Parts: sequence; structure tokens; C-alpha cells
Amino acid sequence: MKLSHIIGIIVIAVAIGIVVTSYGDSSSYVTFGKALAMAKDGDEDMVHVVGKLKKDASGKAEGLFYQPQLDPNHFEFTLVDNENHVQKCVYNSPKPQDFDRSEQIVVIGAMQGDHFQTNKILLKCPSKYQDGKLEVTEHEAKTAQL
Amino acid sequence: MKDFTVGNAGHLFVILSFVTALVATFSYLKMTLAHEAAEENHWKRLARGAFYVHGVAVVSVVACLFSIIYNHRFEYQYAWSHSSLALPVQYMISCFWEGQEGSFLLWMFWNAVLGIILTRTAGSKWEGPMLTVFALVQAFLTSMILGVVLGDVKIGSSPFLLLKESMPDAPVFTMNPNFVPSDGKGLNPLLQNYWMVIHPPTLFLGFALSLVPFAYCIAGLWRNQPLNWIRPAQPWMLVGAVVLGVGIMMGGYWAYETLNFGGYWNWDPVENAVYVPWLIMVAAMHTMLTAKRSSAGLKTAIILTVAQFIFILYSTFLSRSGILGNASVHSFTDLGLSGQLLVYLLAFVVIAVALMAVKWKLIPSDEQELSIYNKELWLFLGAIVLCLAGFQVISTTSIPVYNKVAELFGKASNLAMPTNQVAHYNKFQIWFFSVVAVLSGVGQYIWWRKAGKGNFNTLMTPLVLTLLISAAIIGFGEVKNPVYMVFLTASVFAMMANGAILLGVIQGNYRLSGGAVAHMGMALMLIGILFSSGYSKITSINNSGLMISKSEEFTKNDNKENKENVLLWLNQSERMDGYQLTYRGQRVEVRDMPGYVPRKAVEVIEGDFRGVAQEDLSANGKLYHKKGDTIALYPENVYYEVEYREPSGKIFSLYPRAQVNERMGTLASPDIRHKAGRDLYTFVSSVPDPNAETIWDKTETYSIAIRDTFFLNDYVAILDNVVKTNEVEGIDMKPSDVGVKAQVRVLYKDREVMMQPAFVIRDGAIASPADISDDLGVRLQLKTIDPKTGKFTFAANQTQRDYIVMKASEKPLINLLWIGTLVMVVGFIMAIVRRYRENGKMEGKAQKEDRKKTAISYQ
Repeated sequence: MKLSHIIGIIVIAVAIGIVVTSYGDSSSYVTFGKALAMAKDGDEDMVHVVGKLKKDASGKAEGLFYQPQLDPNHFEFTLVDNENHVQKCVYNSPKPQDFDRSEQIVVIGAMQGDHFQTNKILLKCPSKYQDGKLEVTEHEAKTAQL
Repeated sequence: MKDFTVGNAGHLFVILSFVTALVATFSYLKMTLAHEAAEENHWKRLARGAFYVHGVAVVSVVACLFSIIYNHRFEYQYAWSHSSLALPVQYMISCFWEGQEGSFLLWMFWNAVLGIILTRTAGSKWEGPMLTVFALVQAFLTSMILGVVLGDVKIGSSPFLLLKESMPDAPVFTMNPNFVPSDGKGLNPLLQNYWMVIHPPTLFLGFALSLVPFAYCIAGLWRNQPLNWIRPAQPWMLVGAVVLGVGIMMGGYWAYETLNFGGYWNWDPVENAVYVPWLIMVAAMHTMLTAKRSSAGLKTAIILTVAQFIFILYSTFLSRSGILGNASVHSFTDLGLSGQLLVYLLAFVVIAVALMAVKWKLIPSDEQELSIYNKELWLFLGAIVLCLAGFQVISTTSIPVYNKVAELFGKASNLAMPTNQVAHYNKFQIWFFSVVAVLSGVGQYIWWRKAGKGNFNTLMTPLVLTLLISAAIIGFGEVKNPVYMVFLTASVFAMMANGAILLGVIQGNYRLSGGAVAHMGMALMLIGILFSSGYSKITSINNSGLMISKSEEFTKNDNKENKENVLLWLNQSERMDGYQLTYRGQRVEVRDMPGYVPRKAVEVIEGDFRGVAQEDLSANGKLYHKKGDTIALYPENVYYEVEYREPSGKIFSLYPRAQVNERMGTLASPDIRHKAGRDLYTFVSSVPDPNAETIWDKTETYSIAIRDTFFLNDYVAILDNVVKTNEVEGIDMKPSDVGVKAQVRVLYKDREVMMQPAFVIRDGAIASPADISDDLGVRLQLKTIDPKTGKFTFAANQTQRDYIVMKASEKPLINLLWIGTLVMVVGFIMAIVRRYRENGKMEGKAQKEDRKKTAISYQ
């Protein structure tokens, strides 16, 4: 067998490996119901859930709890997903600035017992800068490691 | 009536540059296709003329747009949305390219400059086909800022739109059609940083430079000379790779200083989109070296030279079309140009692929099969691994594109980016770069014939050295992760092998050692990346046990790794990883003063960037401003002074920043203490809203006698004494006035705080200014004095004490990354000089031969 053929075969094999692993690593957008079902099946993969803050009659966000005096690394909030499933979420990091203002929230994490353990939050806040446009900001619970 | 000359002129120049680009494309095409010299010359004159006019037009567009920004012409949408009166000149330059239109202009400008250089230097053989490509690219780019509407189709977005044209329905214009805003929205304060003045031009110069080898390659294929383009294109490819690489690193350094994700690289899709073309460029550059002697090398060089430019276009498409949407935090805002961008991308894909397919048979095939003793093979392998690394990054980065494509075919796809992107990319890249590091060492040995058939033994010396040094680093540096061990050993090997070559080659001719130097730079960068990211240590781990919470979340012991933030109360020390930390209060930055001043020392004028000094402001013993002066500030930035006391007793302060950013909300930026071996990185992760008014709780009154004890905000307070005073802050005391001061001692944690509210009687009227202690969050007022009972009545209010929640980490050996970058740049420059001279010499030779031939034919 020629050397170039061997190289070719190895390259193709690695490329296939990359595609398969990337697909395996990729996450998906689901609802809290699906996330719960996944956790029950023992699937610990993290998922993306799109939701909104639960608001009371006066438009104030409900179910937010952050008291840095007690624990600066504990933030609880309540989200409502597209299927109107209300879910308590816990984020082991300080409350992101402008959290209350956000129009839409994407949480990345997995169900853990009674709450959704959030690892990363993407906030979409109405932009004062461009009407009708949303600005996205990203918050991560833990410092990324190599 | 306003004068709209400059905008109209600008728009006219845009149209002119578009038309001249088309004319130049057509006439360069005719020139290339011409059969006779006279015809060729005729078209050449026209084509050059058109391209030069195009160049002048592009420069004029730039000048018009800059004049609009510089002169604060807020009736124009571009100036209004990207600039403001508060902006210093250097940032007016950055706001030029904050918008998509301006950054397209920057790209066009560099393309025009390079095109004009090439008309002068490339020689007429290359000028025709290459400049056809250049002019066509320019036509596409100019169309992006054309701003013409044909029926339902909008072509390009003009930077010269008036505000009222861009938002005709805004109520303010129906009320007053001549309305001109008095100030602009300003440059995003996050981008008000010197790196953002030079990072975009460097990056776009890199983009523009990627076009040069691509144009050479197309020209070579077009003229049926699939090999000859390599030599002149080589120095350009090197310049492109180094400029784009430096541009990327500048962006990384900006992110390290300004954003708070804790590093210089976050594998954000926008970052990836430029990283991939850079990898392909470097791979192409290596295969070009083998093209003369290996057909496989030549074929790969052609494919990769085309690919690096196509990937630049793809990256432009990703970051500007809005397709990344949710996935990236810093792509451009969508201007509705996605269709146009897609046409631009596909046009060049089709042209390049069709040309390659037609001309492929011209490439000669190899007489000899590759063997592991060929230097070509090792370069080829290196290039392949770099391409695989690029393939991995782009295949994940394109996830939003897959969803879009699935949608086009009527299927719903809910694929999302990996939840831990950093880990996802790193786990691949660490292996690819281990292999690249090894190949860079072995390849150099074989390239310089220091190793080859039967004598791989020469590699023993660097190998032994590598093992010794890596073992030492692994031992002393406590590297425990086996993957890191492999990566470290490979990097050290690259360092050693290339170092040995450098020493060997220098004896002969240092001009040839560019490759070895660049490889050593890469090895240093890899080691710097490994330690600064892999061994970044969170120093603000919250293990004080002071935070009392009964929730299971907190009591569970295995949750410690989540406690990466600490809370600091104002002026109350905490221990952290050997340091004694104290938060000293909020600070602001005065534009013409070094350092920072306390926030209370300046009162910001509402809606302005200036403020009034409330006290004399001096720094380093020099008085800068007197009380009452109006001074320029950056009012959106609040700095939080954090004092670090080292175990040795040495004290330094860091000033992490919170920015109230109108466009993006409140943003934190770190402050970094640079030390030789490691950086100390600190940022505030949560603070009370810096612009919130202080809210005082309801008043409580205490009626007490001297030596009595009472409770203030849960702290024990003692009224020590009430004494006469002639000085009361905020009151101009006259001789007839009577003033007293209470001395209230508050036992606060491990120290005492004195509060001294005053009481002044002037002509029977009473004034009782309050004393505020920020440390306690208490306002205390001496309300009445009853001489009969000897009781003093105090009014006290409480408020939220000032605090910050902060996070700190250490980045060991990060300086190796920056040093490695510089070394790599030096290596690149050495290689560029060498290849440029070589090309010059060969051209000289070719010209001499041409002349000889002509002379012979005349005889």
C-alpha cells in the first residue's frame, strides 16, 4: 500500500471521528419537561432551555433569591418555558447584572432533584440602543478550564 | 437648512468606487484575454486608470465618513449611532469601524492599497488576471455599502444615511423634519480601549492580504502556469499569516483586559471564524514550500490557498449575516445583508472550484512516491494536521448553519453548541497541537538534512534534553494530567529541536533560520497557554465559613468548587489565599489625571461626561484641579479599589471596573497585576447598582446621656463625649456661632469607628448636619440637646452597606504566551525577508533571460 493512501485513510478516519464526537458533544434546545424526562432516564447531558422570568401582576419578576450577605455564590430564580412549565433554577454564581430586565433567558444545565442546576445563562435584554433589538450577554458559573 | 454636501459627496464616491471597480474588472478581464500587445496595452491603460480612480474614490469615501464623525454631524445616522461629543479623537477612529459599513470600508481600503502596490510590482504577466480578481472583490465589497434599493431588493447599506432617512417613522421627525440630535449615542464604552484602535485595522489588513496569494493562484491557473505563481505569492502568504495572527492576538489581549470570562480566548464563534482561516493560511504556507518538488504538495498548496480566502469570506458571512444569533455574544448587528454576503461567498467558491477543475490536468504528477525521508512529506503532514484542527473548529462553529440549512429543507433542527465549548475545543486542539509541535521539530531536522535515511540518530540530543527538561517541569510544576504531560513534552521537544537547528543554521546563515525561530515562538506560546489556562487557579475560593446559609446547597461539602466568589464589605478585611484583602470604595477616572479619585470627590453633571470637583484633586503631589472645577470624566465607569496586602506586608491595589453600558447593561472588566511568573486577575462579579440612590430606612431616635450605650445597625455604640468645636464641615462658622460635636464610638467587628455628628446654633436657629459612615451604613444626626436632663437625642438611619462580590484567579506563565507571539513574529519577518529577496533574485534572472532571448531573436 502506498504511503499516500495510508495518510489518506488516516485523515478520513480522524475527520469522521471529529464529526461523530462533535455531534456527541453538541447540546440541544429542549423544554423543562424534556429535561426532567432526561434526568429520570439517567441522562446527565446538559441541555439548553429557553424561558422567561415568571412575573407577577405588576410585571415584577417573581421567585428571585439572591442574598450575597448569606452566600454570594447562590442565586435562585424561576423560569417559565414555552410550554408554560414553571421551574425553579439554581445558579452557583452571583446573580448576573440586569437579570431582572431580561426579556428572554437561555439556561444551560441539567435537572437535579427539584431544581434545574444552571451552569450558564444567556440573557437577552431589550436594547436601549436599538429599538426592537435584543442584546445577548453570557454568564458562566465556573471559570472555564483548559 | 443644513448643508448635506459631505454626505452626498460620500454617497457619490461610493457609487463611483462601485462603477470603477466594475470597469476595472471588465477591462482587466479584456486585458488578460487579449491576444495582441497593442490590444493588451489599450485595455491595460483603461484598467489601471479605472483601478486608480477606484482607489481615490475609496479614500474619498473614508475621508467623507471620517469628516462626518469628526465634526459631530449627528444628523447622519452613522455619526449619531457610533459617536458622541464625549469621545476623544483616538476613539473617533475606532467608532469609524464599529459599524459594519465602516469595517467594510476598512477592508476595501486595504484591498485598494494592495491592488495598487501590485499594479506596480507584480509585472504585467500577473497584473491582468490578478487585478481582475481584485477588482471583482472590490465590486462585491463596494456593493455592501451601496445603499441602493431596486424594487424590493436592497443592495448594501449606506453609511451616509441621514438619521431621518434611517428612521422616517420616528415621531420626532413628524413633529420637526429638521430635527438634529444634540449628541450621539456614542461608541460602545467596552470598545473604548487602545487595542480597539489598532486591532480592527490589523485584522482587516490580514483579511485583505489573504486575497493576494489567492489572486496569484487564480492567475497561475488561468494562465496555465499552475506552479509559477508559488514563488511570488510566498512572501505575501507569510505577510498575511503574520498580520492576521497578530490581529487575532491583539483581539485576545483586548478580551483578556476588558472582558471577564477570565482569559484571552473563549472559543466564541466569531473568534473561531478567524482562527480557522489563519490555520489554513499557515498550512498553505508550508505546502507552498514543497510545491516545486512534489505534485501532492502543489495540489494541496493550490487547494489551501483557495481555501484560506474562501474561509475568510465564510467567516465574514458568519459574523455579519446574523446567523450566529444566539450562539455568539459579539457578532455584528444584522444589517439584512445576509443574501448579498452569501452571493459574495458562493461566487468565489464557484469561480475557484470551476477553474481548479478545468486546469487540474495541467498539474504534473510525481515520478516518485513519497517516503518518510522526504522533507516534503513532513511539511505535508504538518499542513494536514493544521487543516484537521481547522476542520474540527469550523465543523462545530457551523452548528447554527446546519440548523438553518435543515430549516430550508423544511426540517426542524434543535442542535445547540456544546454546553462546555472551551472543553470541547480544547480536548481536540491539545492533541492536534501536540502532533504539530513534534512535526515542527522532526520536519526541521529533515528539511536541513540533519536527519534522513539511516541517521535519525541526530535527533537523539534534543530528544534526551526534552525528556530531562519535561521531567523536571512535570515534577516541579506538579503536572499530573497525562494529557498535559504529552502536550508539554511535545512543546518542549519543538523548543529543543528547533533551538538546535537555530544554533546549527546560525553558523551558516542566520537569514535562513526564520522557520526555526517561528517554531520556537509557537512552542513558547503552547507552553504559556498550557500553564495559564490549564493551571489557572481561583484564588478567591470562599472557604471562610463566614457565609451562613442553611440551604442544603451550601452545607453539602462537595459543592465547594462552586464557591468561586467572595464578598467584601467596605473597609473590612478578609483573608484570601495568603493575601489580606480590603475593599476601599468606589473610584472614578478623571481624563487628564493619572490614577483614580474617590467617587464622592466629583459630582457628575446629569447627561454629560463632565463633572464638578467637590474637593481639590491631586495626584503624586501635583494639584490637578481645584474644588469647583469642571472636569472631563468617563462617567460610565466605576472602579472598585481592592487593596491587596501580601504576606510580606507589601501593599498594592487593583481597580476592577463596572461599566454601566447603555447598550449591553452593566459589564465588569478585570484589573490585572502583572508579575514576571504569573498574573493576578481580579474582577467584580456582583455589586450594588452603582447608580442607585442611597435609600435610608425609617428614622430611629435615641435619647441618651454621656457614657450611655445603644445599638446602631446591630453594633454596640457608646456616646463618649460631647465637645465644643469651631470647625464643622459644610458650615462656614462665624465667631458668634456655637458648635458642639458628639463623639460616638461604634464597636464594629474587630475595630472601632468614630461618628461625630455636629450641632450648631446661629442666632437662635439650629443646624444639625448628619455624619455618615459608609463602613457601617449609618447616618447619625444630633437632633436636640436637653440641658435640664443632660440627654442628647440622636436620629439614626440605616442603609445597605457598600460591598462587592469579587472573583480572583492566578494565570501562571501567561507572559510566555506574549513572548512566544513576539518570537513567532520575528521568525515570520525573517522568513518574509528571505522569500522576498529570493523572489527578487529569481525575477531578475528571468528578466535577464528574457532580454537574452529578445536579443537572440533580433539577430
